[in-house]
Amino acid sequence: MKALSVSGLHKTYTGGVQALNGIDLSVDEGDFFALLGPNGAGKSTAIGIITSLVNKSAGSIRVFDHDLDTDPTAVKACIGLVPQEFNFNTFEPTREIVLNQAGYYGIPRREASVRAELLLRELDLWDKRREVARNLSGGMKRRLMIARALVHRPRLLILDEPTAGVDIEIRRSMWRFLREINREGTTIILTTHYLEEAESLCRNIAIIDHGQIIEDTSMKSLLAKLQVEHFILDLHQPIDVLPDLPGYRAHWVDELSMEVEVDKAQGINELFAMLTSRGIEVTSLRNKSNRLEELFMHLVEQGATRSTESAA
Amino acid sequence: MSPREILTAFQTIVVKEVLRFLRIWMQTILPPAITTCLYFIIFGNLIGPRIGDMDGFDYMDFIVPGLIMMAVITNAYSNVVSSFFGSKFQRHIEEMIISPVPNSVIILGFVAGGVVRGLLVGLVVTLVAMLFSDLSLYNAWVTVSVVFLTSVLFSLGGLINGVYARSFDDISIVPTFILTPLTYLGGVFYSINLLSDFWQGLSKLNPILYMVNTFRYGFLGVSDISLGTAYTIIVIFIAILFLVALRLLRRGVGVRT
Repeated sequence: MKALSVSGLHKTYTGGVQALNGIDLSVDEGDFFALLGPNGAGKSTAIGIITSLVNKSAGSIRVFDHDLDTDPTAVKACIGLVPQEFNFNTFEPTREIVLNQAGYYGIPRREASVRAELLLRELDLWDKRREVARNLSGGMKRRLMIARALVHRPRLLILDEPTAGVDIEIRRSMWRFLREINREGTTIILTTHYLEEAESLCRNIAIIDHGQIIEDTSMKSLLAKLQVEHFILDLHQPIDVLPDLPGYRAHWVDELSMEVEVDKAQGINELFAMLTSRGIEVTSLRNKSNRLEELFMHLVEQGATRSTESAA
Repeated sequence: MSPREILTAFQTIVVKEVLRFLRIWMQTILPPAITTCLYFIIFGNLIGPRIGDMDGFDYMDFIVPGLIMMAVITNAYSNVVSSFFGSKFQRHIEEMIISPVPNSVIILGFVAGGVVRGLLVGLVVTLVAMLFSDLSLYNAWVTVSVVFLTSVLFSLGGLINGVYARSFDDISIVPTFILTPLTYLGGVFYSINLLSDFWQGLSKLNPILYMVNTFRYGFLGVSDISLGTAYTIIVIFIAILFLVALRLLRRGVGVRT
């Protein structure tokens, strides 16, 4: 079953700004799906329409076979949303925020209390349950929004940049938590600016730019499009001359590290053999940049070129 | 949603709304008590005896129902307008918008919060009034029903104001420039029988006059207008405002982009 089917979705804001230009999107039940795009591409507008926060101009949305136009109550009951901006009452205690959200979904107080305790404990917020939300740190506020979004046990969880401004330790604990609930059956749609986050978590991906889907495929297929990888090699001691490495393109980064461009078909064993034969000792090796980031930039640049050409 | 789930959602909104104004009772409950106390001292004790009787009652006894009603109107309205606008401002209205809770339940929840505050403030002001006046009820049913319906009406008014409001200025314009003048000119401090025919006719266009007079009837047994007309007007206004609020929320005015 499809968790989400979006068809011909258009949004034109008052004033004429066209945020979405007929997007089609399909997310399978149980998927962990990334929706990426540069700022202003239309991600948040699309999420806003799916979650009933934004009125669409045209198109249709189905969530677990419920149509948003004809059965909005069923659609809303299926969705949990972690928005980009904090949108809770900052004067309310943490636990109250989660309990109230459960109440809006008709969950009786007693059951809501059990669920809220479970979630707040899992997300390391139980000690802060009586604290008013404005006193929480940024990371705690993000986790509070996750707890709130999950209290009615949605089948589809939508996270709009959930780890923005969160330190790496908390981000990784949030990743573990999201992987766990996805394993338990919750379909997840994620937007993020941390592309390694999408690469690490998501199985399928769509890239949106200028209100259009420019790529919609599996993460594996997308990454397979990458033809070249750049590696940074840190050297044990400085060398005077850049070594001649036939078949590889190399240049200095600084006196103790060099960047080597490796074609996808080549592999790096031969590179290391050449370096060893020249007496060059490598202490560490790393990717120059996130692989997905390179592809993302490439696709967005292509999209921008297409837009310019069509405008011309 | 099943009726039971709808009831849970309604209770959630009401409890949230009541806790909101109780948390800040120094701003919401105490000021009306102090203001009304000053009215009683100045208009009732100091100026009242010089005015003499009004409609056959001590001036103090005459103004007490109007002052209670004034506090109820102001607080029911301002509770809902500030709470609804606050939830838009902080964006936590989105918690309700994304949930399956029906729009009618959102409206009733906010209105119930305004009614509870209006009635609670009305009770506090009544207790204060008992220090200055020998209050007695002429008709408890009329008193209770009209104060309840009036607080419903002005809570709905506050909600609609909150829907349209885009800034904090917008939530004070209606109370300052419309509600307060209509309340003062709604027969709180005087009987419209004192006015010339023209001004009496004009006063009868003021809906608050009907509420104040009906409430006064509940205490004193006298009214400048007929109770049937008053109830009809109040109920019609409630029905119209409820439908307007429902339509606004359905269209997402002020809450959806």
